[in-house]
Amino acid sequence: MTVETKKDQALNIAGKTYHSRLLVGTGKYKDMAETKSAIEMSGAEIVTVAVRRTNIGQNADEPNLLDVISPEKYTILPNTAGCYTAKDAVRTCRLARELLNGHDLVKLEVLGDQKTLYPDVTETLSAAETLIKDGFKVMVYTTDDPLIAKRLEEMGCVAVMPLGAPIGSGLGIRNSYNIRMILENAKVPILVDAGVGTASDASIAMELGCDGVLMNTAIAAAGDPVLMARAMRLAVESGRDAYIAGRMPRKLYASASSPLDGLII
Amino acid sequence: MIKINVNGDTLELAENATLTELVKQMSLEGKLYAIEVNEDIVPRSEHPQFSLHENDIVEVVQAIGGG
Repeated sequence: MTVETKKDQALNIAGKTYHSRLLVGTGKYKDMAETKSAIEMSGAEIVTVAVRRTNIGQNADEPNLLDVISPEKYTILPNTAGCYTAKDAVRTCRLARELLNGHDLVKLEVLGDQKTLYPDVTETLSAAETLIKDGFKVMVYTTDDPLIAKRLEEMGCVAVMPLGAPIGSGLGIRNSYNIRMILENAKVPILVDAGVGTASDASIAMELGCDGVLMNTAIAAAGDPVLMARAMRLAVESGRDAYIAGRMPRKLYASASSPLDGLII
Repeated sequence: MIKINVNGDTLELAENATLTELVKQMSLEGKLYAIEVNEDIVPRSEHPQFSLHENDIVEVVQAIGGG
């Protein structure tokens, strides 16, 4: 029986090619040095940041995140974390674009409530529409609903990013069948965003055929974030390779690996 | 002097102070930041000419760690 292999194509988001399929966040690290080391170790090329008020006259000497994670070296992906309405998310994206000298790739997330941090789909759709009209390239965080994922793609989002499980939960890919349905119909990159807890979760996402994985807490909250960053890089790579290679079919009974011919008995 | 609101706090500035002067006072020169005055973004190129007025509400943001 032959197993079908898949055609490998580099990850392309909004016309730019990336070699790494692991996207990482910069939150929850102990300090800037740890942030830098973990992100370098992850091999990520796209790095998410949050947009927040500067503190008046405070911490003026502390390095700025973008001094450590340089926009010249990384594709900076500002997020709208903490936004609960389309209006706030759009406002945050516009500030981010000004902050990053016109860079218009954003991660849109509009959340429903603080306990679940579950995406508010209606506000997300509304914000995506406004942002796309305003010229933004939108990578959108959403639920694992295949119909909504398709709709966001049709609206013009450059990548659709369903959750594997709630943000920061580390519960892994809870509904792989939905992710598969999303993948089957997709014409833009599909990345699992949120839910990954450990390396095998990232591999599972990639083995399903996802184009990438975005994570923050799984690395930052690990006992050794730098080592976990390496584990995640390898997990994403091996999951991708396994997907391309094509796994063997599952069988109920054994199938001998050694030849049966030439036995001495 | 005029009183304005910057990131939720009241700040006193000289009459006709510009955004460039505010940025200097906040020690943000040379850093990447963005400014909104009364919910409208003021592009960086306009900061030297942009004068602040009594009760203006200013938001100054930068990139920080996030996922």
